[in-house]
Amino acid sequence: MATSALAGHGHPPTTTGLDHRKVAIWAFIGSECMLFTSLISTYLVYKGRSVNGPFPHEVCNPPQCATQLKPILNIPVTSVSTFVLLMSSLAMVLALAAVENKDKPGWAGTGRWGRALASSKLWLLMTAILGSTFLGFQAFEFTSFVHEGLTIRQNLFGSSFFTLTGFHGAHVTVGVLWLLTLLAIDVRRGLGPKDALLVDISALYWHFVDVVWIAIFTLVYLIR
Amino acid sequence: MAHETHDPGHSSVSHVDHAALGEVHEHPSWGTYKWVALILTVITVTEVWIYYVPAFVASRLFVPVLLTMSAIKFAIVVMFYMHLKYDHKLFRALFTGPLAIAIVTMIVLLFLFGHLSIHAG
Repeated sequence: MATSALAGHGHPPTTTGLDHRKVAIWAFIGSECMLFTSLISTYLVYKGRSVNGPFPHEVCNPPQCATQLKPILNIPVTSVSTFVLLMSSLAMVLALAAVENKDKPGWAGTGRWGRALASSKLWLLMTAILGSTFLGFQAFEFTSFVHEGLTIRQNLFGSSFFTLTGFHGAHVTVGVLWLLTLLAIDVRRGLGPKDALLVDISALYWHFVDVVWIAIFTLVYLIR
Repeated sequence: MAHETHDPGHSSVSHVDHAALGEVHEHPSWGTYKWVALILTVITVTEVWIYYVPAFVASRLFVPVLLTMSAIKFAIVVMFYMHLKYDHKLFRALFTGPLAIAIVTMIVLLFLFGHLSIHAG
């Protein structure tokens, strides 16, 4: 299948035959890969080199800590938030499918479930809610860490951990705002197949935020 | 279930739009997305489960298995949810190029700072 751009099909002719906006978002995602890998590398390089507790996976005993401190990472809570973010990616692809197929009545089937599946508003809202839930889990985690004595200035683990997960949380926040903007447009005038690229670009960003968390969850939370 | 199938007879309209965007094939159907979500969930549950198996954590397989499962999840999301499996090769290059450079740099840094080592002889 030829992939050359067709005038009048969503974007003006380009030298690559591809929409510049989509090329731009992939280039941006490529650069973001390097940003997050540098942050993850920093975390891994400093791993196990904190002089003072609390520590991520180990108990901190006196005299390293004034009192005995248990391992600070809460795996059950983070596992749930990871699942929430994975499900938000599913909701995002369904939002994109709903927008792309809006001019095909019945594409998702008939009945209540079919109508729900075809509702871009529902899936955009669902994605934003799941993203916000993830942020809520992160706020809970950060707050509990600070209460347990881990701040960004406490030790090397705290500095690298809060920087890495804080940057990721900031990206999720931007993603949620982006999704809410799309939802507002959808409510106001409706999103259709001609707007599919707008949703596709936001979906790429959202899934990228998800894959970054997949790496963080394993490298930071699970590997001791 | 009726919602699990795309109607091939209706796919041409969407296909023209995708071609204009530089995409070579149709996006996956709801059925594919559902299976991808299920596989991601199963892998995540397995990851967390093995974290709580002390014998496995103590074994030399613990880190390689977790890294492999994480890489599989990463690849599945990129291929199916980000549609890179179906997209133009330029997009693949724009993503995998910087990712490869970043991963190599990370491995080099881990060697440099003594987290990884090669014992020769």
